[in-house]
Order: sequence, then C-alpha cells, then structure tokens
Amino acid sequence: MQALKHMEAPQAARPPGAGEIAGMDLGHRWYAPGTHITIRGLHKTFGAHTLYDGFDLDIPKGKIISIFGPNGCGKSTLINMIAGILPYDKGQILFDGKDVHDTRIGYVFQNYREAVFPWMRAIDNIRYPLKYLDLSKGEKEARIDRLVESFDVKIDLNKYPYQMSGGQQQMVSIMRALVVDPEVLFLDEPFSALDYEMTQFLRDRLQKVFIERPVTTLLVSHDLDEAVYLADYVLLLSRNPTRIADFVPFDAPRPRSAETTLTPDFLRVKGHSLEIFQREVRK
Amino acid sequence: MKSSEELMSKLQPVLGLFLLVVFWELAFEMRLVDPVLLPSPAQSFQAFWHGLEEGSLWADLRRTVARTGISFAIALVIAVPLGILLGSSDKVYRALEFPIDFFRSTPASAMFPLFLILFGSGESTKIAVAAFGAALAILFATAYGVMNARKQRQLAARVMGASRLQVLSDVTIWESLPQTFVGMRSGVSLALVIVIVAEMFIGSTDGLGQRILKSQMVFDMPDMYASIFAAGALGYLLNLLFIVAERRFVHWGGK
Repeated sequence: MQALKHMEAPQAARPPGAGEIAGMDLGHRWYAPGTHITIRGLHKTFGAHTLYDGFDLDIPKGKIISIFGPNGCGKSTLINMIAGILPYDKGQILFDGKDVHDTRIGYVFQNYREAVFPWMRAIDNIRYPLKYLDLSKGEKEARIDRLVESFDVKIDLNKYPYQMSGGQQQMVSIMRALVVDPEVLFLDEPFSALDYEMTQFLRDRLQKVFIERPVTTLLVSHDLDEAVYLADYVLLLSRNPTRIADFVPFDAPRPRSAETTLTPDFLRVKGHSLEIFQREVRK
Repeated sequence: MKSSEELMSKLQPVLGLFLLVVFWELAFEMRLVDPVLLPSPAQSFQAFWHGLEEGSLWADLRRTVARTGISFAIALVIAVPLGILLGSSDKVYRALEFPIDFFRSTPASAMFPLFLILFGSGESTKIAVAAFGAALAILFATAYGVMNARKQRQLAARVMGASRLQVLSDVTIWESLPQTFVGMRSGVSLALVIVIVAEMFIGSTDGLGQRILKSQMVFDMPDMYASIFAAGALGYLLNLLFIVAERRFVHWGGK
C-alpha cells in the first residue's frame, strides 16, 4: 500500500494540534500523532455508482466522531468499511497501524431486533463476545458485573430479548458492544428507532461510560442535535462521490445535559454544521 | 351467566367431535348406510378397546410407530446436515435447487417400485421410502432456514470476532431452527403416511396399514374403523408432540 502518496491529500482531516506537527513517518505506514484510525485512498463503487473515490480521513484517538451528511452519501457504508463488515475496492484502513482483525471493536446496529440473539437470555447476549477474548472465567464475570453496575440496569437480564421493550433490547446490544472493552466503538443510528425517554437514558449511560474510559467512537446520526450533543467532532460529508465537507470540533465539557444544547458554543457548531449540510444538499 | 360462558368455551374444542359422533349414531340408527359397512360408534369403540386389551392392536400400533420413528430418525440424520451445507452455499443451492424441488414434489409412493428393486420386499423398503420422503421435506426446510438467516445477526457475530464456522454454529443454525422444525413436522407426517401405505401394499404381516386392509378384506368393519382411528390418533399425537417440542426448543420463533 502506498499510503505515503496520499500524505498531502487535501481532504484528510487532522485533529487540531496534530496538523502543525509533522506526521510521523513509520516506513510504509504514516499517521499523525494522536490519530487512531487512518483511512487512505478509500475507493468504493456500487455497480456504476462511485460512492468513495480516493477518500482520506484521520480519526483521533479516544474521541467521539459524529458522522452527518445528506441521504445516500454513504455514512453507514463508511463505518461498515472501517468496521470490516463491508469490503472496499481500494485503499487502506489502519488502527494504530493494525488491521481491523487485530482490533477489538464493538458495533451497535440501528435495527436491534435483528442484532441481538433471541435464543439467548439478555445476560448471555452480553456475555457472548467475551468468548472471543482470552480471559479467565472470573475476569469475564467481573467485567459483566462492572458493566451492569455502570449501566445501572434496573431490568432482569435473565429475560429473553423478545420479552423486553425495544429500548431495553438496544441497551443489551450496547452493553454487548461495550463488554469487550473495545478499542473502537461503532454506533449506526443506535437511537433512531427508540422513543425519546429511552434515547435520553441510553445517551446518558453512554456518556457515563465515555467519561469513565474514553473510546474512539464513530456515531452515524441523522439527527443533527444528537450528532453535535454527543460529539467531540462532527464529520460532515458531501454528496457522492463523498468528500469531507468539514470536520467541526465541539469541546463542551462532559457530562453534557439539556443545558448544553442552549450554550452559544452548541448553537454555533450546530448552525455551522447545518449551513454546510444545506450547502451540500443543494449541490 | 359468566360460568356458563366459561363452560361453553371449555366445551367448544370437543363440540365438533361430539357432533360427529351424534351424526354417526343417527346415521346408524336411521340405517342411512348399510350397517355392515357402517357399524355403530359403540361397536367401533368396543373393537378399539378390545384390540388394545387383547394386545393385537397395540402390537400393530407399535410396529407402525417403530417404522415411522426409524425412518424419521434416518431422515433427520441425513437431511439436517445436508440442508445446512446446501443452505450455506448459494452456489451449491442454486445448482441443486431444481432436482431437490423436483424430487420433493414427486409423490414418494411413486418410488415404491424403484425402492422394491433396490431394497427387496422386506422391512428396509418401507423404511427407505418413508425416510426418503421425510428427508426431502426436512432438507428443503433446513436449507431454506439457513439461507434466510438474518444477515445482520451473522454480521453482528462476525464483527465480534466469530470465524465462518462459529457464525454457522452460533448464529446460522439457530436462525434456521424454526424452519427445521416446520420441516420435521411435515417430515414425520409424511413418514407416517408412507409407512401406512407401505404396510398395506408391500408384503406386511403387521402394522396399522396391514391391519386396516386385512379387516376390510374380511369385512370386520368395527376393527377397520378402530384401526383407522388408531392411525389418526397416532398422526395427531405426533403432530402435537412436535408442536410442543417446537415451543420448547424454538421459544423465540415468530417473535
């Protein structure tokens, strides 16, 4: 892979503070300091339709990136390629220089109904991914206990998913993604099928987890308020072939609450993002 | 008022049966049909009871159950792994879909002569044909279930680090279970049908099919009805057994 060639690619987003430092040259693998995921020369077509053509992106470590853009610009496609569940035609995606298969990831699907395993109890669903980690039995149980405690779960996890509400199922799905202590967390519109109350509850729990232990997170959202509210950076995408329209930092302190959405900073970031979004939609 | 409604709702399931017996009794009393051809319900029930008591109906019933059970077991052992294999590869499935669908649609009874040549006129032919019929039903259902496994659940397992084989064993097979059970239910019914027919026409000295045919030939009508009833009850119970097993083992199905 000739990642070096793409070094000066204009659309590569850099975390602030990283841009002015010269990128580290690690032989054939180059990435800016503080970067976790590097995407170079990504190329993806669906039939005659080119979705990504030479797409470059740097994703900073331990930050939450909200991905927002026009319909059909390939937000889910992008995170699925990064997560390694969708093949891409050309390009390179590395996690701290590692391949996705050497990286612990957690993935939360929008459609929780078809993501949890209905033949297992909720607690066994949460336990399931631990079988792929080399941990002792005691360690595994300790992890589950910690997670259940930090989520402050009020429901009986010995129920089967179909005995639970949609929000509770999505909570199980989120806990299943977090139990492996992922290096990268993918959230594909995780709240879009849930009611407002449950959405707020899950957002709060997620924030709590992030504060306890920052994890690089990619969140696809079609709700700009939510995208900004949860984000350290809002990644705005253009119509396809998809480019980066902007990469907007939002560094309001955590935990954020309803008041956060009234601060001038929030309104500025949201306004700016909306402006760019509308510009891209009109194109 | 309320209690009489409750009583009605409890009686409803047996109401149809009750009406049938009343209608049968009336037909018998009014001599609508020659009493030699249609004995009274009481006579038929007596024959059924007698057959059980002196043991010959039991013995025939047991033979039929054994044949059906063995053919079903053979079918299951062959068809489930093959169905999983077939369903997990699009290419293999597309190549074999037509011949399998064709044989599945072929009446298994049409295969009797062929199986007679292959297996002779003994026990093995009856079991082989019944197993053949049941296996195709199970094979098709299993393959269908595997092919229609939710892709997202498989992706979820893969993203957690499951290998292809682990996706198959942890997700795909579970996903296909509801369909497999549907196939097993139709498979066991089919096996019973074929076993009964085989007992009638392929040199048998025992089994319900043979008993029905024999009592018809000697005009022992009460015993014929008793044997038909035994075969019906067997089919009904088998179906019930599989429904209960299905609820137990695929409790998440349809939810």
